[in-house]
Amino acid sequence: MSLLRAEWTKFRSVRGWVLSSVAAVLMILLFPVTGLSGGAPEETAEVPTGPDGEPVASAYYFVRRTLSGNGQLTVEVTGLSTLRGTPWAKAGLLITTSPEPGARYAAVMITRDHGVRMQHDYLHDRPGPAGGTHWLRLTRSGAVVTGEASADGTHWSIVDTVRLPELATTVEAGLFVAAPPRAEGLGTATDVATATFTNVVSTGRWATVQPDGDPREAGGSPSDDGDESAPRVDGGAAPDGSGDRGTDTKGGTITSSAGETGTSAGGAGSDSEGDRRDAGAGRKARAVADGWTGEQVGAETAGFGGYPPGMSGGFTLAGHEFTVTGTGDLGPAVRSEMPFGATIGELLAGTFPAMVVIVVAATLMWTTEYRYGLIRSTLAVGPHRVRVLAAKAAVFGGVTFVTTLAATAVAIPVWSSLARGLSVYLFPAGTEVLFRVAAGTAAVLAGVGVLALGAGVILRRSATAVTAVVTVTVLPYLLALIPFVPGPMAQWLTRVTPAAAMAVQQTLIRYPQVDSVYTPTNGYYPLSPWGGLTVLGAWTVVVLAVAAVLLRRRDA
Amino acid sequence: MTDTTIEVAGLRKRYGPATALDGMTFTAGPGLVTGFVGPNGAGKSTTMRIVLGLHAADAGQALVGRRPYRSLARPLMHLGALLDASALHPARSGRNHLLWLAQSQGLGSRRVGEVMEMVGLGPAARRPAGGYSLGMRQRLGIAAALLGDPPAIMLDEPFNGMDPEGVVWLRGFLRALAAEGRSVLVSSHLMSELQGMADHLVVAGRGRVIADSGVAELIAAASGDRLRVRTGRSAPVTAALAAAGGQVVQEGEDLLVVRGLPADQAVAVLTAAALPFSELAPHRASLEEAYLELTRDAVDYRAAS
Repeated sequence: MSLLRAEWTKFRSVRGWVLSSVAAVLMILLFPVTGLSGGAPEETAEVPTGPDGEPVASAYYFVRRTLSGNGQLTVEVTGLSTLRGTPWAKAGLLITTSPEPGARYAAVMITRDHGVRMQHDYLHDRPGPAGGTHWLRLTRSGAVVTGEASADGTHWSIVDTVRLPELATTVEAGLFVAAPPRAEGLGTATDVATATFTNVVSTGRWATVQPDGDPREAGGSPSDDGDESAPRVDGGAAPDGSGDRGTDTKGGTITSSAGETGTSAGGAGSDSEGDRRDAGAGRKARAVADGWTGEQVGAETAGFGGYPPGMSGGFTLAGHEFTVTGTGDLGPAVRSEMPFGATIGELLAGTFPAMVVIVVAATLMWTTEYRYGLIRSTLAVGPHRVRVLAAKAAVFGGVTFVTTLAATAVAIPVWSSLARGLSVYLFPAGTEVLFRVAAGTAAVLAGVGVLALGAGVILRRSATAVTAVVTVTVLPYLLALIPFVPGPMAQWLTRVTPAAAMAVQQTLIRYPQVDSVYTPTNGYYPLSPWGGLTVLGAWTVVVLAVAAVLLRRRDA
Repeated sequence: MTDTTIEVAGLRKRYGPATALDGMTFTAGPGLVTGFVGPNGAGKSTTMRIVLGLHAADAGQALVGRRPYRSLARPLMHLGALLDASALHPARSGRNHLLWLAQSQGLGSRRVGEVMEMVGLGPAARRPAGGYSLGMRQRLGIAAALLGDPPAIMLDEPFNGMDPEGVVWLRGFLRALAAEGRSVLVSSHLMSELQGMADHLVVAGRGRVIADSGVAELIAAASGDRLRVRTGRSAPVTAALAAAGGQVVQEGEDLLVVRGLPADQAVAVLTAAALPFSELAPHRASLEEAYLELTRDAVDYRAAS
């Protein structure tokens, strides 16, 4: 206790030490000034928000009808191909409250590389039976939606049963195709998927979507009103006689909303002037065939990368067979598709310069005692040397934690509101997460400071110790945040070096059902916040232990 | 031996190939100022570092009041030490330097004010210590040694950089501390600094003790039974004294040094021969002479000239 007081007096009575703490605080408070210039407001398209308030990707090609009340849709997916082979390309059946981005949905699907899945409300994913399954069935009963899969169309197994709260009586349902961007190295490339569907069978009260979006009872359709509707094969004997089966096709195309995203708006595949005009205008382009309406959902949402050059979305109906081409994804939004946004961690960019200041100050705090010969006084009044080290570590760690916690606690709300004022999209984070980021950042800085202090004890000479500490703590952090450092190296650095602890600043959640560039640069760390702190803690403990042994043994 | 004694017994210490201490043994007792002298490299500072537990001895032991320093819970209450007056953080004020030392021993700021007044540093208390003169730093270091009001005090070269006034003050100050019954150990490489102050001398050379005795005995030993005779007629005086059995050496134009002849006999011889002399007295060696005599063989770093 006396040693603690003594070390506190030593700390506060040297102006340089106090100023270094003030400098670290100012770095945290002021550094984002330099980082927020990018991301002009006009570039920020709307970010759809899912049912739980989280940012989502909500873009897919949807060939739909309306369903009133309970009903069921069955289909056989006979083919799914992609341009670039994105593993999570998906095709299947989907029910949603509305085709607006961010609406609740449930879908059962076949994916390119991940088998059958049932997903709903963007965040939830459940795998289905493996091996050759290509029959899908989606059943709506009140607010409950059941997805099933089958290898032969006869023997079915349930993939998942989910509840969509407040599901209206009339919903939109149909076929969908989506292809998320393929993660390639340090970036992503837009992809596009084409799927063929046959044996589309529906039960329940289905209707064609009205051009204005209101559902209309398909009054002319035989046998699909009433509760006892018999299975009906679409694309076959259509009551309105739209097209001879097998020969004539009707379809529509959708290109990317070129005006907004800058992706080339190829009209290839469309042989209709009208379709092309719709697409070019950037409005929702609809294609209608045999009572089915196809359109690209979420074409104007942020994070929708559009179609690869020369490609476009659309569907055709030839006989019994639907061919649907689409892109986009349904799922949690990922950082790499939303470069204009900012995370809370990015608002704390000052952590990095603050860390530099702190490790240098902490190292010098011990090495200058050697330089001035003060170490002899320190150890003469504290012959229990390990206690002296503990006291100094406690004082420096405590001061650093308290001051930087105050800085992060102010910086996070202030910079969040400033960022919103500048129309910068801010990835949301809950109160608990914000608290963890604020306290975790302070803990990281305190831990790194104590580690640096220990290194000062071991190495004694200022220049050597500062170099070593910067190499071990600051450099990995810097390298991990440089975009062009190879992913595996960034992963390794943020796994085994003290920089692993920067995971405390991660507010984004990594979902296995979305492939992306999950790198520290994008705000994703390989370890959990606690895991990262544990790595730093282990480093600090080891360095302090070595320091304690050497301090006890060596002549002063 | 009491609780105030600083005791060093058989200390050995090597730094690589260099032997710093080679069986250093002595005791600094209560009520005495013990001078610890020896040329540079004699092992004085090393001995003091070992006493303070800063360096570990290869062999032997150092005790403060019968206990190893590193076993003391509040060491400044047992032994106050000044090793290097310049060992200060230059940006920290003298007052704060003393304050952290005091706090490490559970002492408050009142004691800091007291010791600053004792050494006469009051006015400079709040200035950064980097701006202190060497003499002021010595005073600050002595103040630090006194913080715990210890029964034993150990100072390494405290006179370095002090102005004459400071030297006089410090001598009196250390004598007063000893008079209070404390053990005071003061090292110096200049015997003259200790003259008139030290009661006991430990003379070190090449890592061990060359002489360990009271100041009076040391001077008597160095003086021998010599006579100084000053005369304007040195040739007949030399002849007369030699005839009486003395060994005479001419030291100056009119100064002779005589051995083997008591003073009263020499006076009788010269008086009988009617030889004039202006001075005839037993030779009294200075402490400096005695020291140079003792350490002649032990100086490691003799000036190149």
